[in-house]
Amino acid sequence: MDLLSVEKLSKQYRKKNKQNGFALRDISFQIPAGYICGYVGRNGAGKTTTLNAIMHLIRMDSGKIRINGVSFEEDPVRYRQQIGYVGDSSYFPKNFTLKDIREILADFYPSFEPDQFDSLVSRWELPGSQKIKNYSRGMKVKLMFASVLSRSTRILILDEATNGLDPMMRNELLSMLQEYVEDGSRSILFSTHNMEDLQGIADYIFFIEEGRKVFFEPKDELLEEYLLIKGGSDDLTPDFSGQLIGLQKNEFGFSALYPVSETVIPPAGVLSEKPTVDEIIMYMLRQMRKTV
Amino acid sequence: MKIVISSQSELPIYAQIEEQIRNQILDGTIPEGTLLPSIRKLARETGVSVITTTRAYSDLESRGYIASQPGRGSIVLPQNNKLLREQYRKEIGEDLTHAIAAARQIQMDRQEFDSILDTLWDS
Repeated sequence: MDLLSVEKLSKQYRKKNKQNGFALRDISFQIPAGYICGYVGRNGAGKTTTLNAIMHLIRMDSGKIRINGVSFEEDPVRYRQQIGYVGDSSYFPKNFTLKDIREILADFYPSFEPDQFDSLVSRWELPGSQKIKNYSRGMKVKLMFASVLSRSTRILILDEATNGLDPMMRNELLSMLQEYVEDGSRSILFSTHNMEDLQGIADYIFFIEEGRKVFFEPKDELLEEYLLIKGGSDDLTPDFSGQLIGLQKNEFGFSALYPVSETVIPPAGVLSEKPTVDEIIMYMLRQMRKTV
Repeated sequence: MKIVISSQSELPIYAQIEEQIRNQILDGTIPEGTLLPSIRKLARETGVSVITTTRAYSDLESRGYIASQPGRGSIVLPQNNKLLREQYRKEIGEDLTHAIAAARQIQMDRQEFDSILDTLWDS
C-alpha cells in the first residue's frame, strides 16, 4: 500500500519569485509503506515547496495528496496527526522551555507519550532550564526529532533535517529512522544535500530539477544503471561520446556518466568505476544545463 | 552469522550480503534449519536499505539456499553436496577463464601458465 501518494501536484508563484513562475509542475510519486525515500535536487528546484504542500503549509494550485489513504480535505485532523515534520529551522515558540513544549504536545496530540519524550530528551542531553531561543542549532534539531518520535505517526517529512548535526548524532538518527520503518507500516520522505545520508539507508531516490520530476527510482537500480567513466581525450570517439552523460573535459582527459544499457562499449583502457548517488545527480545536472 | 559490508567493493551491497550468507551456509557456520534475521532487521542492523536486503534474500532463495515462508521468515535449506560441487566447479571455471584471458593478453604460453598453477597448488 502507498503510504504517501502525490498526484499531479502543481504550484505557481508570482513572477517575481521564479523566472517563469512555476515552482512545481505535475509532480506525481508514491512511497509504499515501510520504505525510505530520499528527495534530492538543487536549491530552488522545488523540494521545500513539495514538502510544504504535503504539510499543507502552502496551498497547491492543483493536485491530490493522500497520506495512508486520507486526504487533507476529507479529514484534516487525522491527516496532520499522521505526519511528523522536521524542518531546517525550529518551529517552536522561542520563549518556550522543554516543559512548555511537552505540555503543548500533550494537548495537541492524543498519541503523545510523555515518557518517550522525556527519555529522548535526556538521552540527547537537552537542557530543561534554557529557553529554546538559546538552544544551539543541533539542540533544536534534536528537540524536533524528540517531539515527532514520541507520538504515533505514519510518515516523517524531513526537510534538510540533518543539517547542523555532528556525525555521531547523524549516525544515531539514521539508525532511528531505520527503526521507524522497520515494522513495515511507516515511511519517510527525506530531503537532503548530504548524500551520505542517502547512500546507505534510502530505498528510493526522487530527483527534481526546476519543479519537474527527473526520476523516482529504487536506489539500487539507479546505482546499477550507470558507470563513471574516465579516460584520455583520444578515447572520445564520436560514437562513444554521443552516449555519455554530463561529459566534462579537461586538458588531460575526461570524465562522464555512462548508461550501462548502451550498446556502444567503452574503448579498452578507459577507467570505469561505480558512481555514488551524488555523482549520478551531478553529471545529470551538468547534462541538463548543456542541453538547455 | 557475520556480515561485513564494504563501501569500496566492486560488488554491489546486495551481492556482498548474498555472498557472505551463502559462504556461511556452505561452510556450515549457518546450519540448515536456521531462521535468518528478518529482511527489515538485517537492513537496520547493517545500515542498508530494505530494498537491498530484500534483493539479497530473494537471490539466496532463487538459488536454493533459503526458503521464505510468509509470517515465519527465511529458513536455511539443507545443501545437497552434488549441487554444491557443481556450484564450486562453475566458480572455478569462471575464475580460470579470467586467468586464461589475462595470460593470453601477455602471450603467456601454456607451460608458464601451468607452472604458476603448480606453484599455487602446492603453496
